[in-house]
Amino acid sequence: MTNILIIAEHNGSELNPSTGKCATCATAIGGTIDILVLGNNVSGIADQAAQIQGISKVHLTEAAHLEAPLAVNWAAEILTIADGYSHILGPSTTLGRDLMPRLAALLGVNQVSDIMAVNNSHGFKRPIYAGNAIIDVTSPDGAIVVATVRTASWPDTAQGGSASIEARNATATPATHTKFIGLESGGGDRPDLQTAKIVISGGRALGSAENFDLIYALADKIGAGVGASRAAVDAGYVANDMQVGQTGKIISPDLYMAFGISGAIQHITGIKDAGTIVAINKDADAPIFELADIGLTGDLFSIIPEMIDLLD
Amino acid sequence: MKILVGIKRVIDYNVRIRVKSDGSGVETDGVKMSINPFDEIALEEALRIREAGKADEVIVISAGGDECQQQIRTGLAMGADRGIQIKTEQDLQPLSIARALLYVIEKEDIGLVILGKQAIDNDNSQTGQMLAALWDRPQATFASKLELGDGTARVTREVDAGLETIDVELPAVITVDLRLNEPRFVKLPDIMKAKRKPLDVINLSDLSIGSEHDLVTVGTVPPFARARGVMVEDATQLVAELRQRGLV
Repeated sequence: MTNILIIAEHNGSELNPSTGKCATCATAIGGTIDILVLGNNVSGIADQAAQIQGISKVHLTEAAHLEAPLAVNWAAEILTIADGYSHILGPSTTLGRDLMPRLAALLGVNQVSDIMAVNNSHGFKRPIYAGNAIIDVTSPDGAIVVATVRTASWPDTAQGGSASIEARNATATPATHTKFIGLESGGGDRPDLQTAKIVISGGRALGSAENFDLIYALADKIGAGVGASRAAVDAGYVANDMQVGQTGKIISPDLYMAFGISGAIQHITGIKDAGTIVAINKDADAPIFELADIGLTGDLFSIIPEMIDLLD
Repeated sequence: MKILVGIKRVIDYNVRIRVKSDGSGVETDGVKMSINPFDEIALEEALRIREAGKADEVIVISAGGDECQQQIRTGLAMGADRGIQIKTEQDLQPLSIARALLYVIEKEDIGLVILGKQAIDNDNSQTGQMLAALWDRPQATFASKLELGDGTARVTREVDAGLETIDVELPAVITVDLRLNEPRFVKLPDIMKAKRKPLDVINLSDLSIGSEHDLVTVGTVPPFARARGVMVEDATQLVAELRQRGLV
């Protein structure tokens, strides 16, 4: 029997689309699919989770010590409900990558990281070497499968479900050795990078934080999220949470436009699931042109203002 | 306090990865090998903590065949005090690595473990979190800032939503992100000195660490290539192309 549990990701008020993406992956595995919502005062999150199509049951566990998603407390709580599940899935976001290996170790199993495709209930495809190779892995029969789902590889699941919601008391002992202090969010009002339909990124060629205003202006014109290469982040032009790539965010927008980004493999890793990739670079030999669906060799400082005018 | 730093021998990050034609893995023959870049950052942080007088000893540890002694020696040349090799010809998976690290932690009475947040070969990002679970200690993953207090650490973590700050009591496991520091370069005299630093070898076979829950890799293929794109001449053509495709 395949019984799948998905760990919901949320910010306290909204369910993260990564949860629906996990549900799509779970549907590919097949079997009954439940969702566990952990947090404090998050019945609204459980309501949102219950609307995802194909979900049987939403477990809701609320407690003060579960408010911040500390892996130590969440993993201990998940452990109390793990019995009876054949698979436990979380997203390959920083939440899931922090949490799921801790859970896997408590359950005494290795974790399947970054599922990009499902071969069968215990067989999966996942990327290694920053996506430069894809492996087929099988997880041992008879042991629980703990996995993270590569969110960029899976579409969100449709709404319209009506799963039952069951409250469940927190039973694990809160850890005293780890304390959440705070979260400083760098993002503004623009669409979230990981869910935006269009993402525009800038690289080192922008030259300064002020010049990034050009990128923002174009993004705001077409409702895009804004990302950056590691070089631009390291140079201090933008906040770290805007980094796209192997060590930043892995995204799959319908349209990705890279301005002044040469295309190091670590950056390419983060964007190659995009629907259409557009590259604008002064250097005609920049590696990003090998990947781009549409390329334009030229000076971004004149091209962006022209594009803004043309898009009026 | 002793700090344990895990380092992994991986294909150098500048090498273009080639999948073997028989699908058995990626080509490693004649390929440049290096310390996993995140592990270098972990080691640099440990050295800075020791240099600030907040730790007595930095131990580098790696698991693998004797070839991983090269990376341990590089770690010693960077400034670690001594090295430990967990000797095995198996390609250990994160849970087994975590168990082996735990053995050494208990034997050496380690106060702080610093690891890279992931290895750039398998991209698993699991070992630190698993170790913290088995050790029943705090974890602070993806650290971009680390301040040690009296028996505690304040860690800034790079998370999708921004920068998260947590306090953990020591001992703890910290995994590091790119922006924590810039690792130092190794100087030639230090390479000579490193040859005389102690390097202990522990046979994995003496540790009774099973591999019954290992994942099995059944095939390796190159990623799907995208179709060749088109070049446009100017902004006007670009916007026209985007409109034609219904993207803006």
